[in-house]
Amino acid sequence: MDCNAVDAGAQHRYGVPQLKELGLIDLENAAYTYSGGELLSEMTLSIASGAFYFLTGPSGSGKTTFLKMCYGALVPTAGSLTIFGQDLRLMSRDDIALARRRIGVVHQDCQFLDHLNVVDNIALPLAAAGQDSLAVGANLKELLAWVGLGHRADALPPELSGGERQRAALARAVIMSPDIILADEPTGNIDWEMSQRLLQLLVELNRMGKTVVIASHDLSLIRAAKTEVQARVLRIYNKRVQLAGANL
Amino acid sequence: MRAVKDDSGLPISHDSSRDRVVPPTGFTAGLTTFTSAAMAFLVVFALSLALAADRLSDRWSAALAGGATLRIAAPVEQMDAQLAQAVKVLKTTPGISEARVIPIDEQQSLLEPWFGPDLPMDALALPRLIDIREDNIGYDAQGLRLRLAAEVPGAVLDDHSRWQRPLLKAAQRVWALGLFAIVLMAATSAAMIMLATRAAMAANAQVVAVLRLIGAQDSYIASAFVRRFTLRAFMGAGLGTAAGGLAVYLLPSKTDQAMILSGLSFQQLEWLWLLSLPPFIALVAFFATRQSTRRELRRLR
Repeated sequence: MDCNAVDAGAQHRYGVPQLKELGLIDLENAAYTYSGGELLSEMTLSIASGAFYFLTGPSGSGKTTFLKMCYGALVPTAGSLTIFGQDLRLMSRDDIALARRRIGVVHQDCQFLDHLNVVDNIALPLAAAGQDSLAVGANLKELLAWVGLGHRADALPPELSGGERQRAALARAVIMSPDIILADEPTGNIDWEMSQRLLQLLVELNRMGKTVVIASHDLSLIRAAKTEVQARVLRIYNKRVQLAGANL
Repeated sequence: MRAVKDDSGLPISHDSSRDRVVPPTGFTAGLTTFTSAAMAFLVVFALSLALAADRLSDRWSAALAGGATLRIAAPVEQMDAQLAQAVKVLKTTPGISEARVIPIDEQQSLLEPWFGPDLPMDALALPRLIDIREDNIGYDAQGLRLRLAAEVPGAVLDDHSRWQRPLLKAAQRVWALGLFAIVLMAATSAAMIMLATRAAMAANAQVVAVLRLIGAQDSYIASAFVRRFTLRAFMGAGLGTAAGGLAVYLLPSKTDQAMILSGLSFQQLEWLWLLSLPPFIALVAFFATRQSTRRELRRLR
């Protein structure tokens, strides 16, 4: 079973066998409470290796919170969450940093160091991991070409368009060859054509065996993706993550 | 991190990227440099004061150790007799190696700076002085006083300790004060640099967030700030030390009749102490920044 990202309720509703299979990221009755109010609750699911997920739900439903928990920026206030088999609560700051080298994150606002050029920003994870970016120069060039930014290597992030920024963020997210890519509203600030291009890149990554999780409220994007890839759609509804039906 | 074109033609910066992940601008850069320069400038003076006090203490100790003066104030007609008796007593006192009656003209020259060269010594009933040198064993001052009181009624023994001790104590206190001032300045520098680091981290919260996001460990993030602040502190301290050293060098020389001020200048090899100040302040900055960044990073997930 390549994908068992289901919550407990969905397992019951869709008759999914209740087998305990360890994924890349596993949640067990995980909840997150913020300022006294419960934002997410009773989440039991497993992000399986090699799968493609969409995480959808209205604005403010907790999509970003869910993704932040997945890369260890937030710790569940109840239940448990394991990343690559390690319990997040028991992970040290350095453990989390090491785990993040296996998780590529693409934010809606990209988060670049504006004083470094595009290629230095993309190579930053290599430098942080103690690898010499010069040694992988050829790969970097290939990566830049792959995201269509070969001609913008020397540009500073503020000089890039929205689509270019997203593609640069994707290049930075994949440069360490992560096991999983988490993208939070990656197409939020770009036009449809650019969204399709970015989606294609994510689909290609999935075909290379990477797990992809895209948080998006853009249902048309999800519909378009379903023609390209076997995607599972998770929906945050009533503070819980559910496996959505096929009627999107 | 310098940008180079690698074989692939990309403008990739060299591997010391941590030097550039923190933007090079911001008021904290100037604050750190200025603080380090100011503190180094002040440390130079504190150091010169401490070393001068130490030199003075040594000089006084060497000059006054083992010496005493016997002062005889007697009527003119008894003066010679009491002087002779005093010399006799001194020469028979164990622990005294030499007792020399200071001649009138030498006494006159001692008084010349205060009263001028035309002092009429004959018209004044000045006491006569005997310079006493003790041997390595030393003499019993209390016993000598008792004996002189019995045999030379006009004699007063001054073994210098009465005014030597407070002077030495004062010099030692000035020396300790100088060292305390250096410690205080180092602590102040550390506090200022820690504040500057915290301000820099707050100003660069986005940088820290990005670095955490891409999997940078705390040691990497901290070192980006530590290296930058240490380098700034070193540069500032270098400037401050150079300025302080120049100011001390330009203090009036001995020929300018300003003995107290000229004593503050460094002597010969003492100038080498200045070379240690920039690394010392950089070291203070290193530990202060490391402590501060680690504490700040612990607050973040």
